[in-house]
Amino acid sequence: MTRRSVTIVGASLAGIRAAEALRRQDFDGSITLIGDELHAPYDRPPLSKQFLAGDWGEDRLALTQPDKLDDLDLELRLGVRATSFDLASRRLGIVDLDDQGCSGRGGRGGEEFVVDGLLIATGARCRTLRGSEGLDGVFVLRSLDDSLAIRAAFDAGPTRVVVVGAGFIGAEVAATARTQGLEVTMIESLPQPLSRVLGDEMGAVCAELHREHGVDLRTGVGVEAIEGEDRVERVRLSDGSVIEADVVVVGIGVVPNTEWLEGSGLRIDNGVVCDATCLAAPGVTAAGDVARWPNQRFGEVMRVEHWDNAVSQGAHAAGRLLVGDDEAEPFVPVPWFWSDQYDRKIQMAGRIGPDDEMHVATGSLAERRFAAIYGRAGRLVGVLGFNRPRHVMRYRMLIESGTSFSDAVAAEF
Amino acid sequence: MRINLDSDACQGHNRCYMLAPELFDTDDEGYAILRIDGEIPKDLEEKAMLAVDNCPEFAIEVADD
Repeated sequence: MTRRSVTIVGASLAGIRAAEALRRQDFDGSITLIGDELHAPYDRPPLSKQFLAGDWGEDRLALTQPDKLDDLDLELRLGVRATSFDLASRRLGIVDLDDQGCSGRGGRGGEEFVVDGLLIATGARCRTLRGSEGLDGVFVLRSLDDSLAIRAAFDAGPTRVVVVGAGFIGAEVAATARTQGLEVTMIESLPQPLSRVLGDEMGAVCAELHREHGVDLRTGVGVEAIEGEDRVERVRLSDGSVIEADVVVVGIGVVPNTEWLEGSGLRIDNGVVCDATCLAAPGVTAAGDVARWPNQRFGEVMRVEHWDNAVSQGAHAAGRLLVGDDEAEPFVPVPWFWSDQYDRKIQMAGRIGPDDEMHVATGSLAERRFAAIYGRAGRLVGVLGFNRPRHVMRYRMLIESGTSFSDAVAAEF
Repeated sequence: MRINLDSDACQGHNRCYMLAPELFDTDDEGYAILRIDGEIPKDLEEKAMLAVDNCPEFAIEVADD
């Protein structure tokens, strides 16, 4: 397969790793990398941890070093957003956000060009709480600018923080805020934090971790309204209670950025629908938070929002643009993520379901230092670790090699 | 191609051994350990580069022989 050029839409983790993979696979055509933020590609995990705490500066977030970026020989177009794509004509529409904003003649900066290979890595954006738009002191956390704004709000003085949603982003923000001595209330509509992912028993372990660190955690309760004049003043909950707040951080999940692809001829259904090899259409692949594909290892259609997936799917989707259909390989990762909260390193690999068999392989839940493994239909399908990185890694390898659950239970590391 | 890990720089982000478990191990605290003597098998060079590119501490380096 000879491909002249590849256009990557989305200049975050999946996009930059895709560009690197293309060059490593000796692709010598032109690569255009388009991103709608003005920052050079940066790493997001520290935004809720080290960067939010002020321990790391912006330089620590760079996803690639300037000399390595030069070596990639990219056309890097930052501050540019893709607005349309048409599969039949392969025309990609983009707009320079700066032109649009400054000229006062909206849309003037738009242009269209024909692409050869297209890799879609436009990621996802945060869900927001309806009615809180335009209220100062209410934040979501996705971008570097979001993190800077929250950091500034934390530093502004005595601060009462309300975190809406006890998922990973919410929990990490709560942990960072508590570590800085701020007063934190965290609100979760589920019976336990993360109970949809980890189940109630493990959710309770997370709940206890936050309560022990002084978070006022309210579970099984929703947010009725976020109120205030110009600034947020209080959060009203569905059980009638009211919490005074100076800062509200909303972490209630993300939506894939696919609106620009409506009418493109690509299938969009909770993400860009791909085949098992990450191909969405001839010469079009997708990777990262925006991609939905059948992971044959688990016999499950997935859209994975983890860091690790953006890295490996970015590389896979890039390689897919360079090979014909008969050489293409399915993308069959064992998903993995981590979350650092207080002094705990929480890691999960594989897929955990509510009906899986669970076995605590080492340590104890009470000490919150353990590795638990999960089995389904006799196979090892997942592992969850609290401060047990080595075990999570080893069990992940066993998941990869298709180990039976009984063999995994018997394994010793 | 050879690989070098600066153990003093490693802060236990856990990325290298999850991306390239054939090349890295970890101790109980999550700090990385090199599993090979430095020489990278040809079929693992791609994974080695992934580990280099993704280490937040820039603690991993590869060099051509």
